[in-house]
Amino acid sequence: MDYFTQQLINGLVLGSIYGLIAIGYTMVYGIVGMINFAHGDVFMIGGFIALITFLLLVSTGLTAVPVILLIVILVSMAITALYGWTIERIAYRPLRHSFRLAPMLSAIGMSFVLTNYSQVAQGARVKPIPPLITGGYTLHESADGFVIQLSNIQIVVVITTIVLLAIFTWLVSRTRLGRDMRACEQDQTMAALLGVDVDRTISMTFVIGAALAAVAGLMYLLYYGLVDFFMGFVAGIKAFTAAVLGGIGSLPGAMLGGLAIGLIETFWSAYFSVEYKDVAAFSILIVVLIFMPTGLLGRPEVEKV
Amino acid sequence: MTAIPHETTHASRTAGIAYILKKSLISALVALVLFSLMVGVRTEAGSDGQLTYWTRFGEVAALVAVVFGGSIVIELLRQWIGPNGTDSLVPPAVRSGMSFLGRYLAPALLIFTFLVPVIFYDQRYILDLAILVLTYVMLGWGLNVVVGLAGLLDLGYVAFYAVGAYSYALLATNFGWSFWICLPLAGTLAAFWGVLLGFPVLRLRGDYLAIVTLAFGEIIRLVIINWQSLTGGPNGVSSIPRPSFFGIPLDNSDNGLAARLGIEYSPTHRIVFLFYVILALALLTNWVTIRLRRLPIGRAWEALREDEVACRALGINTTTTKLTAFATGAMFGGFAGAFFATRQGFISPESFTFQESALVLAIVVLGGMGSQLGVALAALAMIGGFELFRGLENYRMLVFGMAMVLIMIWRPRGLIGHRAPTVYLTKAKAISSDLVKEGHG
Repeated sequence: MDYFTQQLINGLVLGSIYGLIAIGYTMVYGIVGMINFAHGDVFMIGGFIALITFLLLVSTGLTAVPVILLIVILVSMAITALYGWTIERIAYRPLRHSFRLAPMLSAIGMSFVLTNYSQVAQGARVKPIPPLITGGYTLHESADGFVIQLSNIQIVVVITTIVLLAIFTWLVSRTRLGRDMRACEQDQTMAALLGVDVDRTISMTFVIGAALAAVAGLMYLLYYGLVDFFMGFVAGIKAFTAAVLGGIGSLPGAMLGGLAIGLIETFWSAYFSVEYKDVAAFSILIVVLIFMPTGLLGRPEVEKV
Repeated sequence: MTAIPHETTHASRTAGIAYILKKSLISALVALVLFSLMVGVRTEAGSDGQLTYWTRFGEVAALVAVVFGGSIVIELLRQWIGPNGTDSLVPPAVRSGMSFLGRYLAPALLIFTFLVPVIFYDQRYILDLAILVLTYVMLGWGLNVVVGLAGLLDLGYVAFYAVGAYSYALLATNFGWSFWICLPLAGTLAAFWGVLLGFPVLRLRGDYLAIVTLAFGEIIRLVIINWQSLTGGPNGVSSIPRPSFFGIPLDNSDNGLAARLGIEYSPTHRIVFLFYVILALALLTNWVTIRLRRLPIGRAWEALREDEVACRALGINTTTTKLTAFATGAMFGGFAGAFFATRQGFISPESFTFQESALVLAIVVLGGMGSQLGVALAALAMIGGFELFRGLENYRMLVFGMAMVLIMIWRPRGLIGHRAPTVYLTKAKAISSDLVKEGHG
């Protein structure tokens, strides 16, 4: 039972990271109807920018952890958001009215560009950082000596995720931008007729998605203590799996799916085999699509002739 | 596009220089922010695990300058060429020349390909490259059945390539079976896996299908890596037997082909033999595809690509149609995989990454999806282009990715962006592919 609880905590933390990435997928899919294949790499870029900012700040002699964290979050969100904006501008906007495969292939190309760009710019080796947030709480210690740990970094990850989700939900449901986004999701032509700037709204969608992915990258960096240029690919597919599992297009679904994937992966590693954890996650994707193509919270897609 | 108000064009013409400069300046600023940290600060883990960094402002400045200059050039080109499509600019004389070329290009290429080992007999490098190109031509034609004809976007094609390669490698190293027995087996096994993948994804469409096939490809690769007792894991399978000339080995021994024919042995014999094997396999793929297109099943594939709902309404069994497309494509992938294993003599999971799938898919899309000649030309261009960047190993995929994006923007329909219908009343009229939708299936 103790082991189970510990894995539950680990799974929820991992799931929060996946959920943050999954929101980017699901938002873009909801509005533009394409899989932003490069989103996993945007997450990776976010991790790298967080790492570099962190390194620069530490070398200036700054020691207050909350200040460092705040600056790192803001800088990596801002720059990664600009990456998201640029990607949409270069690779997707010219293809908005092209045939359906075109943006997907362009996205795959963009994903290669980003992966290899960071390999060329930052080298192929794994970049570790010393733990920034240490310590934690012992929740429970059983008779046979097994300890349930809740580390501070896990608390930080979960709280950051909750705060971001709250801001994001407010943004989508209460602001002008959110209303525009929901309008574009339903009918772009009609939204444009009613004075919504569709291009700008789509750009903003990519910007927000990239900013959330940047935070996920930072959380990954803090939690695992390393980044490398290839981490975006697998994380991206898993986050996409999460988005599909939750019902693509549905924002709470993305978070729910993220948590589910995180839990499945953690429990699979804990009780079965670590080697096959990715196989488990991908198999889930296939199984979900077969039996529940609309996901947990998705709406069925009606096909018209 | 033609109905641009007069005032607007006039205004944009007069404000030309200032407008271009402003736009380029913004691009340069964006580039400055993008590259500032990622390029400007290079991090590296030191020997003690401590991260160090050094700055590279020169590189950032150079990149920003390139972006600034590049965006000025692009803006100027855009103003000069204008918003008109390039299609209308091609004069009729050039067009008829192109169609003349198109008619004789394929036979000419085929004859040239047959003669490659004769012309380049002494240049081992060119022969190896030609074999590589032909392997990708074959893979492209195989995937073309799934993507180009049936319109099912498959991002995990490399899985079947892997199944074929490992089938031959394991059968040959464990049981000592010859290449010519294993080749059909490898194809059959790959086709079986194609059906296995086909079943669950029958109901999926477009993007979902793409991502599931991608997941499938990754599952196969991960299983190969982790099932060490069977596949040797990341170490791969080595000392895979070379193919024999129908039982006669191509080596320096007394009963080798060279000794039997009474000619001097040369290692090039094997290369030339391999070249003709893959050429035959590729032509087989092409021939089968062309024949299938004229059969009801091929017509059903093309109908499925154009409109699945209409297909169902007409009573076409979409289940068998999709499954046969997957199985046929997978089978050719399996053949190519078996050939790859016997040519390399060593295979490992490294050869079957998502990059390979994307490369083959890029070949099919660049070739114009459904056009056999286009796929062959695209394979030549892609693999040849890859060779040009051989020295710059790291930049190769970067350039490949950029090329993929640019091709999609410039010619989303590929090099040969129209297709002739296989069924017609009086004369074949090529349909511009802008008029058909695809990738929905």
